[in-house]
Amino acid sequence: MKLKTMLGSVALSLAVALPALADENPAIEQRQGQFKLFVHNFGLLGGMAQGRMDYDGDMAQTAADNLFHLTRHDQSRLWPEGTDSMSVDGTRASPAIWDDLDDFVMKFSALQDAVESLQSVAGDGLDEMRAGFGPVGQACQACHEAYRDEAS
Amino acid sequence: MRKLLLGVAVIGVIGGAALWVLSAPKVLDATTLAGLSGDIAEGEAIFHASGCGSCHIAPDRDADPLILSGGREFASDFGTFVAPNISPDPEHGIGTWTAEQFINAVMQGVSPDGEHYYPAFPYTSYTRADPQDFAHLYAFMMTLPADATPSQPHDLRFPFNIRRSVGLWKAMFLRDDWVVTGELSAEEERGRYLSEALSHCAECHTPRNALGALDHDRWFLGAPNPSGTGRIPAIAGEEFTWTAFDISAYLETGLTPDFDVVGGSMAPVVRSLQNLEKSELDAIAAYILRAGQ
Repeated sequence: MKLKTMLGSVALSLAVALPALADENPAIEQRQGQFKLFVHNFGLLGGMAQGRMDYDGDMAQTAADNLFHLTRHDQSRLWPEGTDSMSVDGTRASPAIWDDLDDFVMKFSALQDAVESLQSVAGDGLDEMRAGFGPVGQACQACHEAYRDEAS
Repeated sequence: MRKLLLGVAVIGVIGGAALWVLSAPKVLDATTLAGLSGDIAEGEAIFHASGCGSCHIAPDRDADPLILSGGREFASDFGTFVAPNISPDPEHGIGTWTAEQFINAVMQGVSPDGEHYYPAFPYTSYTRADPQDFAHLYAFMMTLPADATPSQPHDLRFPFNIRRSVGLWKAMFLRDDWVVTGELSAEEERGRYLSEALSHCAECHTPRNALGALDHDRWFLGAPNPSGTGRIPAIAGEEFTWTAFDISAYLETGLTPDFDVVGGSMAPVVRSLQNLEKSELDAIAAYILRAGQ
């Protein structure tokens, strides 16, 4: 009986521990770090676009340059199978990503294109930066709509 | 004993008859609808404010938001609802409906055949609107592309699969008065009309009771996501700290004050609302803050 109870609690702790272990796949935290750096730069441009802060051409250009390089970071090791929101806690990445990786990649490359256009105008003046900024937000939204779950 | 049984039977029949009467579909007074005529341009703004496309577009990813072929599934505690085809297709959509039938569907939840619609369809909010606005909406929606995709039946559990039971639900919960009352500025009143009657923010952002009716005492305090993981966030209460500028900017651009970008089921809402005049978005923002006081 004692052994059985012990085995039971081992099984229970394994059941509890397994999702926690899966959580620790470093790719999840790493890709979330990447998105934080996107926001670090995108947010500066957004603040200027919305008039929350004054437009500064040098700062805007630097932020757009950063976004350009950040969105060129190779994604191939950031999205391993089994790191979706149904498999593990701590991520809002929808399983739909892995159902159609081609579309996910296509939406990411649309982001890269929009950022490249933004980079070419970000330092040219507020209106020019705004015109380049909008499509970047649209590219983010297209992917979030299809592939990001609600926050818990 | 026989008398008692007879008494029970009589009470049962009377009770059943009362329930039958109570659950009957009720349409709007014909005089309310007489003389309404629709303007297509006005109807387009009502369409964007009412968010019809958010639920009625095709289930395919990146579907055209103006082709209202239906087919999206909405899981709930009562079963799965499937949004029907509301494109102007004469066979599979609403192409043969009159304006009166359309307005009764949208505001009373009654089909042209006199059947109840389930309150997954937010006539629960639209019932507060001015019928004239839906006469405009009808005129606009008849200009949208027709699509011949057949509507799919809902998949509901007993007793919710008995449509007549919706009549009792309506008797209990369908109200056309405002939820947020008291002193409101003209802008807040406009926002209340847009939000409580047309845009139906509360349908997702307010928790529901066991029978699926909105809990007016917890208005906008957030709710479980009915169709997936996570939660629909609170837009009132202590954890909600956005300003009117923040809310209006979010509805216009999809950007939060922290410059996260909208996603999930809110993305089509923003795509629809961003077509409205900025003053209308400001009004919704003013109302949401007023509602949270």
